[in-house]
Amino acid sequence: MSPIDQPDNLPDRRAEPRAGRRLPLVRPDAPRRVSVTSPRTAAARRPRYPATREIDEQTHLGEVYMRSLVRTQFRLAIFVCTVLACVVGGLPLLFLIVPELREVDVLGVPLAWAVLGGLIYPGFVAGAWLYVRHAERNERHFADLVERR
Amino acid sequence: MSLTAVLVVVVAAVLIGAFGIRVSRTTSDFYVASRTVSPLWNASAIGGEYLSAASFLGVAGLILSFGADMLWLPVGWTGGYLVLLVLVSAPLRRSGAYTLPDFAEARLESMAVRRTASVLVVLIGWLYLMPQFQSAGLVLRTITGAPVWVGGLLVAVVVAVNVLSGGMRSITFVQAFQYWLKLTALAVPLVFLLMAWKADGAPGLSAVDAATWETPLSGGKEYGLYSTYSLILATFLGTMGLPHVLVRFYTNPDGRAARRTTLVVLTLLGAFYLLPALYGWLGRLYVPDVARADTVVLSLPERMVGGTLGDLLTALVTAGAFAAFLSTSSGLTVSVAGVIAQDLLKGGVRSFRIATLMAVVVPLALALALWSRALPVADVVGLAFAVAASSFCPLLVLGIWWRRLSTTGALAGLFVGGGLACGAVLVTIVGGPREGVAGALLAQPAAWTVPIAFTVMVSVSFLTPHRVPPGVARTMVRLHTPEDLDLDRGDWRPRSS
Repeated sequence: MSPIDQPDNLPDRRAEPRAGRRLPLVRPDAPRRVSVTSPRTAAARRPRYPATREIDEQTHLGEVYMRSLVRTQFRLAIFVCTVLACVVGGLPLLFLIVPELREVDVLGVPLAWAVLGGLIYPGFVAGAWLYVRHAERNERHFADLVERR
Repeated sequence: MSLTAVLVVVVAAVLIGAFGIRVSRTTSDFYVASRTVSPLWNASAIGGEYLSAASFLGVAGLILSFGADMLWLPVGWTGGYLVLLVLVSAPLRRSGAYTLPDFAEARLESMAVRRTASVLVVLIGWLYLMPQFQSAGLVLRTITGAPVWVGGLLVAVVVAVNVLSGGMRSITFVQAFQYWLKLTALAVPLVFLLMAWKADGAPGLSAVDAATWETPLSGGKEYGLYSTYSLILATFLGTMGLPHVLVRFYTNPDGRAARRTTLVVLTLLGAFYLLPALYGWLGRLYVPDVARADTVVLSLPERMVGGTLGDLLTALVTAGAFAAFLSTSSGLTVSVAGVIAQDLLKGGVRSFRIATLMAVVVPLALALALWSRALPVADVVGLAFAVAASSFCPLLVLGIWWRRLSTTGALAGLFVGGGLACGAVLVTIVGGPREGVAGALLAQPAAWTVPIAFTVMVSVSFLTPHRVPPGVARTMVRLHTPEDLDLDRGDWRPRSS
């Protein structure tokens, strides 16, 4: 959940658009003229807190920032764990359901030995490497977000 | 010659222990040296401490006895670091906790949880130390014919002296060296063994073995599928709860480095665990009749190569085995003694001395008392993993990712999960393995104790929302934000430092 998705938690920065100045009537049936201003002008002028201070003071906004970080990292961790569980949990099941696989040879080595005795280890390392890259990227994004002024 | 190798390793350990006092002062142990230790050194040190007798001797032995299903054991012991990496490593380093009880206290702000965690650390440590001493006795008996208590006593005394003198305890360099020694001590003989096998005409297994032993889920143990899954659960989730592993994470400068270190650990362990499977396979071919399967790694060089070269290789393997006993036992003893002294006794130097003796003597006594029904070393270590997986895994995972974890919930989960797993372990170790469904459930308890522990922790936390620690928001900032951000992380510091 990013802060943008959750306007409820943000302090209400939107000011009412200022009513247009009344112009002298030229024709009674002409539509009333209003000046249209961006609702953001008021927000832009509001002095900004750095997000780190929002987190330190445990404001609603700070909590939103923290929850977004924890949730992104957790999703990544759960994704890796799910893939791992499917591979690791699936192998015994695969050998159970498809008994022919137990007899298959890879370059003269039985499949189970080739996978469990060798191939799975580079797989672990590759998964770990991808995870580390993603986790560090998530942290960089978080740092950019809270240090932006 | 093997005896000489043992003596060299033991004397080297004692000398390093004696000189280590000075070295470890100047390099200032974990606290300062740690900040300059590169991930490769750090990871080697973790590997050196982690690869115990169970990895060095036990895995090959179990593969020799039970075949392909046992390949899951090294897979789990490596894969556990992947789970540790994604769920625990960086937040744990950022917590600043030095031991598991520290983490429990930091996160749950409760001394009761801290004490419970301490008791569990001690139990897991004892359970892990016991088979190390048993294997030392077994190895020494295999090479010299000495009674079994000699080897266990030798390792126990060396470890106690080292820990008491303050040497070995935390020198990253020494532990890192141990990893490379163990890798060499298995890899070099294996090259010669494979050459001998090739020269022998590269024979294959007998037809019976190829049909049963070599294929998964087809023989060996009863309830193979249940045991396999339970083993997978215990090893993948138990790694993060081992007391001597966690301490090493503190030597990383920050959370990012902790992640990178874990990545290197995975690589190093993967490289090491390629070897025991080959030893098991060759053992099935050449020494299927070996009396204690745990000694297969030692008996292969003599049987297959023979002569002076065979003796030399046996000596190398024996040296590696003793390095494994000493490094793992030292790491465990330091962790266990620290926890006993800090949390169960009064603290201070005197307490640490008494605690060291307690940490060593209890498992040594257990090892000797239970010698006649000693289970294979890797099985007992597997049980230690099961206890860790059913107590500390839920505590760490829920503590790091779930802010609604309450003090009462954590306590209940530790008691129920840890208690059930310890009960099963006790029945299995003291009563010996049993037949039937109950036997399988008790010998591999993780498949039921881990889900129970998680369920209890979560549901009791839901029932006691008022016991959620008040500082949880600040703790979450501490656990999850990168260190270079200027944020208020609270002022908790570990007491053991």
